[in-house]
Amino acid sequence: MADEHQQFCTFSVDSYTFAVEVRKVQEVLRFQQMTRVPLAPGVVRGLINLRGQIVTAIDLRRRLGLADAPAGTLPMNVILRTDQGAVSLLVDKIGDVREVSRDLFEPPPDTLRDLARDAIRGVYKLPDRLLIVLDAEGIIASTAMRAPTPAPTRVEAKAGRSGAGADGMDSKVNGRALA
Amino acid sequence: MSATEEDEIITEFVVEANENLDFLDQELMALEKNPNTPGLLATVFRRVHTVKGACGFIGFAKLESVAHVAENLLSKVRDEEIELSPPIVTALLATADTMREILTGIEAEGKERDTDCSALIATLNRLQNPAAQTAAPQEPVPVAPAPVAAPVPVIAPASVVAAAPVPVVPAPVAAPAPSVAPAVKVAPPPVPVPPVAAAKGPPAADRAPPSESSEARPSSLSDSTLRVDVALLDKLMNLVGELVLARNQVLQVVPTIADPNFSATSQRLNLITTELQSGVMKTRMQPIRNIWEKLPRVVRDLSLTCGKQVRVEMEGSETELDKTIIEAIKDPLTHLVRNCVDHGVERPADRVAAEKPAEGRLLLRAFHEGGQVNIEISDDGHGINLEAIKNKALDKGLITAEQAGRMTDRDLQNLIFLPGLSTAAKISNVSGRGVGMDVVKTNIEKIGGVVDVQSRPGLGTTFRIKIPLTLAIIPALVVTTGGDRYAVPQISLLELVRLQGTHARDRIELIQGAPVYRLRGNLLPLVYLNRALQLQEDAPPAGEETVNIVVLQADNRRFGLVVDQVNDTEEIVVKPLGQHLKGITAFAGATIMGDGRVALILDIVGIAQHANVITQHHDRGLSQQNRAQEEGSVERRTMLLVLTRDGRRMAIPLSTVARLEEFPRKDLERLGDRQVVQYRGRILPLIDMVDLLDGKGASIVRDGGDTSGDQTVHVVVYGHGQRSLGMMVDKILDIVDHVSGASVESAGGAAGSAVIQQKVTELVDLDALMRRSEGTFLQPAPASAVDARIGA
Repeated sequence: MADEHQQFCTFSVDSYTFAVEVRKVQEVLRFQQMTRVPLAPGVVRGLINLRGQIVTAIDLRRRLGLADAPAGTLPMNVILRTDQGAVSLLVDKIGDVREVSRDLFEPPPDTLRDLARDAIRGVYKLPDRLLIVLDAEGIIASTAMRAPTPAPTRVEAKAGRSGAGADGMDSKVNGRALA
Repeated sequence: MSATEEDEIITEFVVEANENLDFLDQELMALEKNPNTPGLLATVFRRVHTVKGACGFIGFAKLESVAHVAENLLSKVRDEEIELSPPIVTALLATADTMREILTGIEAEGKERDTDCSALIATLNRLQNPAAQTAAPQEPVPVAPAPVAAPVPVIAPASVVAAAPVPVVPAPVAAPAPSVAPAVKVAPPPVPVPPVAAAKGPPAADRAPPSESSEARPSSLSDSTLRVDVALLDKLMNLVGELVLARNQVLQVVPTIADPNFSATSQRLNLITTELQSGVMKTRMQPIRNIWEKLPRVVRDLSLTCGKQVRVEMEGSETELDKTIIEAIKDPLTHLVRNCVDHGVERPADRVAAEKPAEGRLLLRAFHEGGQVNIEISDDGHGINLEAIKNKALDKGLITAEQAGRMTDRDLQNLIFLPGLSTAAKISNVSGRGVGMDVVKTNIEKIGGVVDVQSRPGLGTTFRIKIPLTLAIIPALVVTTGGDRYAVPQISLLELVRLQGTHARDRIELIQGAPVYRLRGNLLPLVYLNRALQLQEDAPPAGEETVNIVVLQADNRRFGLVVDQVNDTEEIVVKPLGQHLKGITAFAGATIMGDGRVALILDIVGIAQHANVITQHHDRGLSQQNRAQEEGSVERRTMLLVLTRDGRRMAIPLSTVARLEEFPRKDLERLGDRQVVQYRGRILPLIDMVDLLDGKGASIVRDGGDTSGDQTVHVVVYGHGQRSLGMMVDKILDIVDHVSGASVESAGGAAGSAVIQQKVTELVDLDALMRRSEGTFLQPAPASAVDARIGA
């Protein structure tokens, strides 16, 4: 993490641009046939067959509490390497791999909704837009996976200045629950 | 020598030494039973010696000193200075245990742990002294390993340990050579065994050859086998799974490509893949003997401690199981065996009083049936005390008095599997190993198996375990509900019921809103899969009403799963679900279908719990059936009941039946004078059950075939190797656990008859019938034979 620059794989969902560290991304695939999983949390859209491996597909829109995509649009798969094995993120469109300077990083604002908070690591302030960095492990954190609807419980807000700590996260805790 | 090389040498040494010790256990016990077995003592001696030599070479002083003392003792026995007595065997077995313990330490830390062996060494030294020998039999009860050491002076060990390293150098060279020859003149037989005792004192040369041949065998075996890392086999297994899926996908493309080369190549791919799959599966198969052979030792030690006499008998020890399953059932099996010895078999005096032989009998049986492995552990003890169980369950508040009153004997017996009802409370050091009967049950269910207990007061207890052959690839029934496919593991599957037209509406009744179906007079609770999975309910298309019921067994309860469509049975490769989906108990995993799509595998127990089938109190019909079975003998076989064209009731052992099929009558074709049907890409010869029993070569083809007015033909498919034959029957009646006994020989090809479900039923031995008529049906008959029949 000593590098001044980091590489990110970018993709868009709704009107936002998201990014995941390149080393966390195994591959990117066009739309794949999915098998739905009854009784599973809403964020789990189904299972896909990735060359014989069964991979869970997570709808990033639902995971972040965004509206579902209009019917008929086919999502793309960003296959992430996580501690729990490969997981697919369903996104609208795949972007470029971008190299950004750490100076532009800022942790997520306190006003972020609960649901998104585990999943979002911070934001890079690019000249033309904001690049929202996702946390691969946070996305599949079990609490979020089991509670598809936002639960107004205790929130550990991560706030602080960039540059401090490995990922620019300070341990200032705000007990504020935001709608 | 580099550190890794040294590690490798140590690992190899540990593996080999452990193997030798396992053999040592068995050989010692064989020797105890029959001290005159030629060459056995020499083999035992050599085992100890090999281990000793190897650890001297690597430098494990403690292990070596223990082995050395044991070797000294053995050499005294060999030289007929002392007689092989139970205390000596016990001490030698204890030596093997101690050595194992040291080996475990070496494996974990690369060096010997600080294990205290002084007591053991003292015992071994004491036993070398013939005086101690004569004193030994007077010791109270022959005792388990630990107490043996107690009455020994503490001075002895020090000198021995000090002395031990000295003879090390000459030993490896000197000992092996003489060990074979002198061993032949084994100690005079304390227990005369007829054939050997008769030939008492023959010249050494007479007995030498067998000992040499027994020595030759292991070496030739080790030449033709090699050790393979299980992880590598697992990987191969996974890759083969992938290959199977890729093959399936290729085969689906074949019809769309009009290239004869491509279709020929894919056919080859198909065949090779199938063969490869079965080959790799075989590498993982191990005979159940691998775990069974440790049990006689467990029984021996335990029966000595309890002051009981138990003989272990084994049937079907060659039955093969996947390695992962073998490992998974090891502990449950050991626990059940201990349980039988501890609680089942009575003390000799009590047994004699009950007019039984003083020596108890523990029978281990294993056999394949219907794609599963059955394992039975039975004892001839006093059976389960139902009153005691009931009272204990009441005491602990596991059941209410009202429930207890309603429970059948069978329900009471199965109470022993409840968590709170551990038998461990009764006897401390024997059964209290933290593995209660509930854990046995959970462990067996974890690998998709079921366990059941049957007990008859005064006569004994039988535990029956049914487990799948392998966990990696399982046969499953594929069903469709809500547009998605789901796989139902065949192990839970009992039968399929299809209700059409008015039956679909009328036959399903409601009890307080809970749907039930009367299956041959017993109420079968129904679970709608789409409701259980909270899927959208599609209104059934009007006019085409069909209800498909998949009858399943979960946790000793039957229930019917209603699905939209029943597709086919398939071999599926089980894949785990992601961590984050583990919480959903309705699914056991997922698999990839031929078209590349993913299908979920249903966890039948999970579904049943989800739908509250299991927690419901038992349905009465089932218990009545069970009670009827209990009155009979414990010996049971699962039988298929059919009705033949001429109205005879026949029972066929399910283990000999490959599948049950229905074909539309119009699909039957003629080949010469026989009827055939196209089945799974092959031609399946058909014969009417009646004709087969009458010994006729082939069925008379009945044109139109409307004798029964039925448009479907019910066929029992018999398969043997590559060959198969379909037997046409009028009706498939039921599948029952048949109580054998009370059968009389009957004519007409049947093996006997019995009363099943209050009706006289003929028993059919398909294997014997097939053997008798081998060549007539199972392979294409020569053209001349066909011509002749057409002429006739």
